[in-house]
Amino acid sequence: MIRIGIDVGGTNTDAVAMDSSGVIAGIKASTTADVMTGVVNALRAILDASKLEADAIDAVMIGTTHFTNAVVQRRDLAQTAAVRLGLPATASLPPMVDWPDDLKAAIGNNAWLAHGGNEFDGRPVSDLDEAELLGIAAEIARRGIRSIAITSVFSPVSAEMERRAAEIFEKAIPGVYVTLSSEIGRIGLLERENAAIMNACLRELSTHVIEAFRAAISQTGIKGRFYLTQNDGTLMDAAFAEKFPVLTFASGPTNSMRGAAFLSGVKEAIVVDIGGTTSDVGSLHKGFPRQATTAVEVGGVRTNFRMPDVFSIGLGGGSRVVETANGIEVGPTSVGYKLLQDALIFGGSTLTTSDIAVASGSADLGDRAKVAHLKPEFIGKVREKMQQMLEGCVERSRLSDTPLPVIVVGGGSILVDGRIGELGVIKPNHYAVANAVGAAIAQVSGEVDRVYVLSQTTRDQALDDAKAQAVDAAVAAGAARETIEIVDVEDVPLAYLPGNATRIRIKAVGELHVD
Amino acid sequence: MSTKGYTLTERDLVPLSIGAAFLGTGGGGNPYLGMLRTREVIRSGGVARIVPLDALPDEAWVGAVGGIGAPVIGFEKIAEGGECYRAMRAVENATGKTMSALIPVEIGGANAMAPIIAAMMAGLPVIDGDGMGRAFPEGQMTTFSIYSDGRRDGPAALADDKGNVVVLQHAINAVWSERIMRTVTVAMGAGAGAAGAPMSMEFVRRAAIPNTITQAIEIGQTVVDARAKRQNVVERVVEATGGTLFFAGKVTDIRRELTGGFSRGQAVIAGIDQWAGAEGRIAIQNENLVLWIDGKPVITVPDLIINIELDTGEPLTTEVLRYGQRIAVIGLPAHDLLKTPEALDVIGPKAFGYPELTFSPLAFKRAAAA
Repeated sequence: MIRIGIDVGGTNTDAVAMDSSGVIAGIKASTTADVMTGVVNALRAILDASKLEADAIDAVMIGTTHFTNAVVQRRDLAQTAAVRLGLPATASLPPMVDWPDDLKAAIGNNAWLAHGGNEFDGRPVSDLDEAELLGIAAEIARRGIRSIAITSVFSPVSAEMERRAAEIFEKAIPGVYVTLSSEIGRIGLLERENAAIMNACLRELSTHVIEAFRAAISQTGIKGRFYLTQNDGTLMDAAFAEKFPVLTFASGPTNSMRGAAFLSGVKEAIVVDIGGTTSDVGSLHKGFPRQATTAVEVGGVRTNFRMPDVFSIGLGGGSRVVETANGIEVGPTSVGYKLLQDALIFGGSTLTTSDIAVASGSADLGDRAKVAHLKPEFIGKVREKMQQMLEGCVERSRLSDTPLPVIVVGGGSILVDGRIGELGVIKPNHYAVANAVGAAIAQVSGEVDRVYVLSQTTRDQALDDAKAQAVDAAVAAGAARETIEIVDVEDVPLAYLPGNATRIRIKAVGELHVD
Repeated sequence: MSTKGYTLTERDLVPLSIGAAFLGTGGGGNPYLGMLRTREVIRSGGVARIVPLDALPDEAWVGAVGGIGAPVIGFEKIAEGGECYRAMRAVENATGKTMSALIPVEIGGANAMAPIIAAMMAGLPVIDGDGMGRAFPEGQMTTFSIYSDGRRDGPAALADDKGNVVVLQHAINAVWSERIMRTVTVAMGAGAGAAGAPMSMEFVRRAAIPNTITQAIEIGQTVVDARAKRQNVVERVVEATGGTLFFAGKVTDIRRELTGGFSRGQAVIAGIDQWAGAEGRIAIQNENLVLWIDGKPVITVPDLIINIELDTGEPLTTEVLRYGQRIAVIGLPAHDLLKTPEALDVIGPKAFGYPELTFSPLAFKRAAAA
């Protein structure tokens, strides 16, 4: 299978072409203001570089920050209705209670509480009230709202009420978009509801963006299927992505870590992705990034997405180097995408980390004569400072004292020369386009998160049941059943509950099934 | 109402939630939702007066209220809002006594806020103190219960989100009360508001751990300020609380198991800095119970063992402890009311299943360590 992976970043749009034996070619193109021109340019460039015909491409995988940016910048967001099923419970905190005011205003602050919801063991909190929901539907229609997010208490245990409510709204308001929280997030009502509402407000934008990506791809003559990468490093096909744009959030760091694992062939490691302004550091387990367990904020809103646990520091290839009374400062300010104009080695007047790498002889870039005046002692001090910064964040990401290798990827990888602390460094081929590689090799996943009452079943039965559900979810998302593996099992006993209730979270991952 | 004390403002709530998590010693649940709920009630006009122990006359009646149930349930089935208030009113109806103020059962974690919300709904002040000075897992582990002066246990009440209210007329002792209340709570959906029998202010003055709401706000404010000024949060918190930094390191192992409805386990920490090469071990049962360093017990319940994140100062509940976290372990001496022989029978190391350990108060350890 021949695939193209694309990573649309703020500065560069990277692309790689891959077949079953690995990377055929990789390129970097500039991201354009209209994004799609940059994607078309990158696609044309990668077809050129790989000498592949457009019709030889089976699939295109795109990792994009488009939807995250829309929320962060509060633009292109649709008026959205948040409907929560749970009364009389949950009345103390209405939907969007902890959102920034400007974001709430941008999507209209339309929220309703209705009866419904389940207890942890599946009993209803109260019955669904059809008349109540029809009244809400009439008000939603009257306000001209086209997208609804429905969240029901304990819907990860039973999604039935969310589904019933969706049927009622879809019938009452033909053509309305409905997002169900149970299809997006985990246990934790406010965070899951937040994610569902954000998904709903991106729903109209996603239709346009997916269509534009589709058009960009077909412009280049490629006829293969097209996928977007989601935040757990797995794929969703374009139709699914259109329904769940919120799942693209934070897919960038995940893609780079997955790409690092693939390019190096190492599955247990610390990954350092060095860009122009920052370095993102995370740890790989079985080839996947470790997930954050605490709530993650996007655009000022708490969510419980499956985000990679990544730690960022202000050290990149464009970081400014300044000598002050307190010693040498590296970053966090950066010349960013202006590196090719501003750095000394490119004829500019700003001393950057890239200049230090060239001056010390560890990188060959630009005009070395332009940094010949830097004193060896000074160069040594700056390198020591950079080394300390890297060591600190790598140490933070380690899970144990086991000496794991550090895989260094990203355009700023030239900053690293030799070991980081006591750990060996791997700088794989194609390190600069690891993001795009991560997109190209992405697999397909299914996940389950629910509470089992172990007095009614055994722990093994509960785990088996959850595993079977996770595998089915992966198949439904497009994985080839025979390739599916369980990659993550977490079972956390719930304190204070007699009957040994246990929350079980399982993730299954498989290769993309292509007909 | 008394002129003593102060009115809680919205700005106090983030510090209060951080301080409550700190004093929760790993348990007590995450106060984030309680913080939001308190904020919502304040924004809709609620007034929370925090008054010291000497603000009310001896004969005034005071009610201890708090949430009961599994923390994770509270995160999914958010409260209706009036649970503790309805439980408190049910106790008043059952006893014919009218509450003049409410007081937290425990200052640790989410239960620091529950009485503040109920008090705002009832228009009552909140006594600056609580029945634990920290968090403990069960109702009989409060100073209100330990020093009950032979009062019978009850009436107590539970109220759920749906409007169900159950009054426990009489329990033969606090352990039975706890057992019955938990069972009813599960029937109610594993989360409910609970209120204990009215206590006289004269008794509360003798039995409560004083000033803990204010203490929690001050601890939280120290963390917030240190972060804003980019100071060493651990150092600042240790200074501000009079505690001792006992260990710093990286969590290298977490073992959890469920026995008798409680999450028990151990965290293993590999030392860094001055503790490089040493191993810390913490026994947990919802809360942190014992700290060993290189096999030697250093702190035990009821003294406070607090894990905070090394860089941010964020207090870590035992539920979110995980591999790789870099933490500081701070010890804080428990209030004297928690260290009497009758208290140690209930909340000492032996009561938590460590018959081989004898409680030796932290103040002594601090002198030895210095």
